[in-house]
Amino acid sequence: MRITQGTFSFLPDLTDEQITAQVQYCLDRGWAVNIEYTDDPHPRNTYWELWGLPMFDAPDAAAVMFELAACRKVHAGSRYIRLSAFDASEGWESLRLSFIADRPAEEPGFALERQERGGRQIAYTTRAYSAALPEGDRYGG
Amino acid sequence: MSDDERIDLQREFAESGLGEGLAQLDRDLIGLAPVKQRIREIAALLLVDRVRTRLGLATEPPTLHMSFTGNPGTGKTTVAQLMAGILHKLGYVRKGHLVAVTRDDLVGQYIGHTAPKTKDILKKAMGGVLFIDEAYYLHRPENERDYGQEAIEILLQVMENQREDLVVILAGYADRMDTFFGSNPGFRSRIAHHIDFPDYADTELLAIAETMLARQNYHLSASAKATLADYIGLRRVQPHFANARSIRNALDRARLRQAVRLVQRSEGAIPPDPLSTIEAEDISASRVFLAAQES
Repeated sequence: MRITQGTFSFLPDLTDEQITAQVQYCLDRGWAVNIEYTDDPHPRNTYWELWGLPMFDAPDAAAVMFELAACRKVHAGSRYIRLSAFDASEGWESLRLSFIADRPAEEPGFALERQERGGRQIAYTTRAYSAALPEGDRYGG
Repeated sequence: MSDDERIDLQREFAESGLGEGLAQLDRDLIGLAPVKQRIREIAALLLVDRVRTRLGLATEPPTLHMSFTGNPGTGKTTVAQLMAGILHKLGYVRKGHLVAVTRDDLVGQYIGHTAPKTKDILKKAMGGVLFIDEAYYLHRPENERDYGQEAIEILLQVMENQREDLVVILAGYADRMDTFFGSNPGFRSRIAHHIDFPDYADTELLAIAETMLARQNYHLSASAKATLADYIGLRRVQPHFANARSIRNALDRARLRQAVRLVQRSEGAIPPDPLSTIEAEDISASRVFLAAQES
């Protein structure tokens, strides 16, 4: 099951050229681009690991692509990697854009769990198949 | 490509906006004739290369890394700045900014500190020009555990693999750069253009002094000009002579003495002109004349 989230979630995965163009768009607006990765695919997981530091002073997308290449060297195929652009200007101080740049080769998807409760109520929750394994072992990496 | 297709290089030249950059080079820089000549040659080569790439005749991006050699104060940083502008106009660098660094900015103080530091600088310079002043300090042969070597390795890797993202200019004294290239053959083979900066002649330095003053709305009186010409001749033979930089420092001190003179000696209201005139006595009070007398 292909997991989608973020700005371009309804599009196919972006090519490197498209990622470069998006990153340049962010940098031209003065946003700091971060590279983050995780192996917990749950949509409510907001705690992704930061790769390096946010790139506050890079004027050109090549710098981000350089770090993305370094991150992929370690995590490609075994982690989700996303790029997020942080706008530090007053009043925003928040993410403006974020999209997945790389995903594990195999995505097993989610199980729907039903919990029987009193009065024939049912509580639903989703659990990622991969999350059954400890962190770091989830996608064969 | 058919032979009928005609390429108008003059139009290419005009469209690239190169003329403006080269004119600025002529206007802003006094002397340096061989440097200007070399830059014109490089610009012409890159212009032709660009057309060839468009026609599919050239496929490899050209190597643009350069080395600027010359004594201090001969305008290496200034030329690097203009070079960044020229490369940007030709489309060989995307942003055209200049990041000027020295060993301190690249090399860390403990194990594991150098690589992130060097990479940070490289990332900052991507899309522009990285200017490494006194590059030979990166290599310290007397200390085999020096972290400079690590910075050199990262630099070489990026210079080779990301030629389209970054142009590196190494600068420094000619003889020490030669030793540096001798012990790091990787650098020599990755650098396409070596530009040598000659020392300025006395008359050129005088012209530079006048330009510097004019930029700050000062001017020399006739006698001050003669004194400054003497000063330049004497200063050149004294130690630590740094061409235009020495002249700039001398002018800063002359302005200081002029201010003191005006404050101490002016009585009542004075016209505005003396405020921007450097007199001979402001220059002749310099230590350089004293030292010349002693020897």
